[in-house]
Amino acid sequence: MKFYDVTDLAIRNLRESVFRNSLTTIGISVGVASLVAMLSLGIGLQQLASSRLQKSGLFNTVVATSRRDLRNFREQREEGPPPAESPALDEPARKKIEQIPGVVEAYPDIRFVTEVRFDDKPYLTMVAGIPFSAKNNNDAFDGMQGNFFSSEAGPEVILQKSFAEELLGMKPKPGADETNIAALAKPLLGKELTMRYSERTSSPSSSSAGPGDSAAYSVVSRQLALKIVGLTDLDPDSMRGTARARVFLPLKLAQDLHIMQSNLRDTAASDSPSYTSLSVRVGNPNQVPAVEDAIKKMGFSAFSLVDATRSMRQFFAVFDGFLAIFGSLALTVASIGIVNTLVMAILERRREIGIMKALGASDADVRGLFFAEAGAMGLVGGAVGVTLGWALGRLINFGTNIYLERQHFPPAEIWSVPLWLVLSAIAFSIVVSLLSGLYPAARAARLDPVQALRYE
Amino acid sequence: MEIPGPNALAVRTANLCRHYQMGEVLVRAVDGISINIGAGEFVALLGPSGSGKSSLLNLVAGLDRPTSGAVIVQGNNLAALSREQLAKHRLHTVGMVFQSFNLIPSMTLLENVELPMRFAEVDRGERSARARQALERVGLSGRLAHRPTELSGGEQQRASLARALINRPKLLLADEPTGNLDSRTGTEIMDLLHSFNRSLGMTVLMVTHEQALAEKYAGRMLHLADGKLVDDVSNDHVPNISSVETPAPRGETP
Repeated sequence: MKFYDVTDLAIRNLRESVFRNSLTTIGISVGVASLVAMLSLGIGLQQLASSRLQKSGLFNTVVATSRRDLRNFREQREEGPPPAESPALDEPARKKIEQIPGVVEAYPDIRFVTEVRFDDKPYLTMVAGIPFSAKNNNDAFDGMQGNFFSSEAGPEVILQKSFAEELLGMKPKPGADETNIAALAKPLLGKELTMRYSERTSSPSSSSAGPGDSAAYSVVSRQLALKIVGLTDLDPDSMRGTARARVFLPLKLAQDLHIMQSNLRDTAASDSPSYTSLSVRVGNPNQVPAVEDAIKKMGFSAFSLVDATRSMRQFFAVFDGFLAIFGSLALTVASIGIVNTLVMAILERRREIGIMKALGASDADVRGLFFAEAGAMGLVGGAVGVTLGWALGRLINFGTNIYLERQHFPPAEIWSVPLWLVLSAIAFSIVVSLLSGLYPAARAARLDPVQALRYE
Repeated sequence: MEIPGPNALAVRTANLCRHYQMGEVLVRAVDGISINIGAGEFVALLGPSGSGKSSLLNLVAGLDRPTSGAVIVQGNNLAALSREQLAKHRLHTVGMVFQSFNLIPSMTLLENVELPMRFAEVDRGERSARARQALERVGLSGRLAHRPTELSGGEQQRASLARALINRPKLLLADEPTGNLDSRTGTEIMDLLHSFNRSLGMTVLMVTHEQALAEKYAGRMLHLADGKLVDDVSNDHVPNISSVETPAPRGETP
């Protein structure tokens, strides 16, 4: 029989006992819906967790340091060339690291302790450079007050909340409600902050000095007026632990100022500075190990927190597995329903099957017909089930967000139904239905026409 | 009627047996039957209930397989065919008509007649035209969209005749085609069978227990009893159809 005829006859047959077949199909829908619901919850939570972590910069960042700087405070020997032969972590090295596949950018870490003046009062704090690209990939700037830097090297500054409190003379009371960041921002945004810093300038005699010597430069004291453009609640510098900065400058600006960094061991403030460490941002956390290896091969030390993401992914794989098993239970029950419905249909249509065989229908024709009926129920059940699961997910998401809002958390998508899940859920439903149709179809195909046609 | 030569055999059986186990008892439904039926013959299978007429018909139809012996239809030994090939045989070589019509109740007459063409994978456009034509030939052109239950027994049997012939088989097998009909409609059906036999040269093998019908229409009568062939009678003067009066129905042949 041609495909059209098989489908046509199958649909006719399904319509003949529409009530029973609808019930069976609803059973499949509920099964698929529960599967989709479980899996999309798992996927949603995973996406939520990994996007939060990714934006924190913890898991897609490799910190590259020159081995020369390690010699004083690290006992442990690492593979690669001994520190003395390790190459300099300079501008050409930075460019080379940026060439590694998967690397989005590599930028120097610039941080220094200095004095800033606000309202004619001096404050001592750690200042750090933030790359312009952080605007879109660091979630510390998602909920910030004011704006991110307007240009790559503008004389602008973003303050961390605790520093803003200090500037305004407020002391955070332990246990009390958190200060409203919007209230903090109001008197600060647009105001001016003066930063004092020491600029290194190369001295003319420095040309003969080799790298590693810290002789040939001079320090000039300078100050710069900066406009406060933003205030952030979260800490964009979370990877640094204790050495956290509370004032942030555009990285390009910080570089151009040639600020004297206390831990910098290189000499020249010339065109090719050498860096203490580089932050290497990788597009996909999965590529972090490869990038780490590549950097180590170049002779630098590399460090990342990727192991943490690996165990997170492992956790979610197991978690999704469990959810899928629970979700599948309902589908298993539904597939037994299909078997039952089709076996009933064989008994009911015994004579009809006999007639079709007498008229010349082959075993394959009869089998195909029952398969098509099972498949059609699977298709419809799958489609309805996915819709049902999706609707259920929206509902739970809606409820969760109301709860999150009450708890003063930003809304979150804990429910995600990607297209691949929709398609594979429907495909899975069809496959399960066809498998359920296997036995009834075989039984119908083997039906003896003489017996089937015997007068009742 | 011309006597068929050996090359024009439609059906040949040689020592054909169909035995089956029914509990402890071995039932010999067909027990060593050897017959030759020439192409274009109109043969009636006569005998009491349980004599093996229907079993023999099912073997020729390819609905059942012999326990032993050969059943050769249009040159093919059905005993040697696969299930798939047997289905093809039922589809193209034979057409069947049953006592209880066996139309599919959920389908209209047109759809019922089209059904064998679906199995034969005939194009959809051609299917409808052929089914209409076939129903017209049996006088049902006004009933195309009716369901079988909306029709009289005679009309249903005519529709099932149209369906049996739709794939242009060489052999028409009829199992008590008039068994569920009153004698007047029974005659109508027999007239149709007769005309197909005459005009299309179609071989007809008909199971009946009505001796009178057989005598009137069949050129040859095979009498069966206990699965064995007991008599093979040629009916040299099959009367002209137009001159026949409505016969009185008769009971089973003793």
